[in-house]
Amino acid sequence: MSDAIYYQGLVKSMMFIIILVSFAPLVIIVLIAGYQYSIVYEEKVEAHLRELVLKHDQSVDSYLEEKVAEIQVLSEVIDIESLADQSRLKELHDALVRWHGTAFVDLGLIDGRGIQVAYSGPYNLQGVDYADEAWLREVRERNVHVSDVGLGRRGVPHFTISLRLESKGREWFLRTTLDFIAFNRLVEDIHIGETGMAYIINRQAEFQTTPRRDMTGEIPFLRELVSDSNSAIAKGRASMTIQTNPATGRETIFVTSAIKDGDWILVYQQETADAYADLNRSRDLAVVVLLLGGVAIIVMAYLMSRRMARRIERADLDKESMNEQVIEAGKLASVGELAAGIAHEINNPVAIMVEEAGWIQDLLEEGLAEGDNDREVQRALNQIRTQGGRCKEITHKLLSFARKIDPTVKHFCLNELVHEIVALSEQRAKYANVVIETSLADNIPPLEASPSEMQQVFLNLVNNAIDAMDPGGGNLDIASRLDGNQVVVAITDTGCGIPRANLSRIFDPFFTTKPVGKGTGLGLSIIYGIINKMGGTISVNSAVDQGTTFTLRLPVGEVADSAACEVGGGDAA
Amino acid sequence: MSEPIRVLLVDDEVGFLEVMSKRLGRRGVDVTPVASGTEAIQVLRSSDFEAAILDLKLEDMDGIEILHIFKKMVPDMPVIMLTGHGSEQAAREGMQSGAFDYLLKPCELEDLLDKVHKAVGR
Repeated sequence: MSDAIYYQGLVKSMMFIIILVSFAPLVIIVLIAGYQYSIVYEEKVEAHLRELVLKHDQSVDSYLEEKVAEIQVLSEVIDIESLADQSRLKELHDALVRWHGTAFVDLGLIDGRGIQVAYSGPYNLQGVDYADEAWLREVRERNVHVSDVGLGRRGVPHFTISLRLESKGREWFLRTTLDFIAFNRLVEDIHIGETGMAYIINRQAEFQTTPRRDMTGEIPFLRELVSDSNSAIAKGRASMTIQTNPATGRETIFVTSAIKDGDWILVYQQETADAYADLNRSRDLAVVVLLLGGVAIIVMAYLMSRRMARRIERADLDKESMNEQVIEAGKLASVGELAAGIAHEINNPVAIMVEEAGWIQDLLEEGLAEGDNDREVQRALNQIRTQGGRCKEITHKLLSFARKIDPTVKHFCLNELVHEIVALSEQRAKYANVVIETSLADNIPPLEASPSEMQQVFLNLVNNAIDAMDPGGGNLDIASRLDGNQVVVAITDTGCGIPRANLSRIFDPFFTTKPVGKGTGLGLSIIYGIINKMGGTISVNSAVDQGTTFTLRLPVGEVADSAACEVGGGDAA
Repeated sequence: MSEPIRVLLVDDEVGFLEVMSKRLGRRGVDVTPVASGTEAIQVLRSSDFEAAILDLKLEDMDGIEILHIFKKMVPDMPVIMLTGHGSEQAAREGMQSGAFDYLLKPCELEDLLDKVHKAVGR
């Protein structure tokens, strides 16, 4: 269960790191690049719009100036008598139309009282009285007047240029109507995107050109926009402002330029979203890419982390089972190695037996009566028996080692086991000049362990001890005592000891100081595993040339029936 | 019978030395038995032999090591190696180091005799 939580945590932390590492730079780059790009793009759009408006305000102004100049030339060159002559005026108007197209719709001369005395044009306006018209007052004051666009008397949108002339003390006014359609075209053509358009208004926000859509609802807003309080817009050239248009409710860019000496204002307007449509599109695209990328990163991070965590989990499992396999393989190797070693060992007595048998044959061929052949045969037979005994000992050793370890846990008496081991090892000890002594406490309760495993533990330790004292001999002391809840067994020899450098490695698998073929290096590591498994500990204390003590601390079994053990221990002793 | 062949037999099994000396002795081979590598080297210093039979598994020294020493001391003396099953690798190593031949232990006496005769050339 805790394993599952551990691996889930692993998945989470891996996922978090992957997402952070791959997402953070992506987001930072998109934000920085997007910000820079939008600034540059907005600047470019604004500069473009300003330029557009500048170009057009100039062309509108020059259009008007050109027309005014034209009329002024006429007034200076042609005398009043000729202008007042209807047929002369018509000739002049025809000439203007010839050279300027339909720009000049009509031409008329008005006397000081405001009566049109001569007129050439499509309407019948001769004799009309303009005395009360506002433009007449204006032109009297300023000499030149360009009117706003209005319907006037003819009911068609138009605007006029009027000049004040003086001749022989009398006041005259030369007036021409300009073609509204031609003028309108100057700004009408400006059409950008979905909502970009230009128009001209006067100070009262009355349209001087026809906007491309009905804008009557927006007039109060425009009036506010171009009012004198808003001086930058009222007087500046190509000033830009971004405001929410109340009529449409959308944020709109207004670029305005004052023309006709500030009487009119050229307005270019476009909804912000439309003006920056490309920018918004690429921003939306970036957001979509970012979102998709983010989703992909998260999904990939999750899948990758999960897969990696699974692999780690599998590797951990493999490692665990590998450890088990190593121990198992170690057991097999130890059996195999021992078998090889023993087979080798067996060759020596077998070779002697074969040769002794051959010797007996030699002697028999010669005849038993010859010399002391009789005794020699006896000796040879004894030798064969001795060597046969050696072989038997070796095969027994092999069999007892190769016997499968019985892992069944039982109650068993430690002292009894020690006595058995001592009895088994006595023969070997005698050859090695080792004296085995035991001092066993008689209050040792039964232990819970596999007796065959414990047998292996003690046999191994005793064999090691005897090996350590070979060939000089020495004392092997096995002592047991009860220490609280533990049984302590100390196996002490007076052998060669273990060098300090090797002391930390003696429980490692495959560590051995014996020549190849003599030891597997697994004995102590298997002992360590067995003692550990039953909840005990094994420790070692050694001094070179003084001896070694292995101390086992084994836990007492739960059902402590010590009486039974004392009897068993007594029997064995 | 011609003069016996003088052979040095090196093996740490005293029982083996004893019975081999007797059996080979009856077959015209004069065996000087030694039970260790160091003893063998000492004996070789004072006496000379026509051939040596050397067990590769000795307690005090490595058989191959002794072979090298023998070859250095008496390069002309042929050496027949004895080795157990599973140790053929050591025997092959010995052959490369100049041993005359090798036999797997336990071996037939006739085979050993045969090799000894071949080694000394009579």
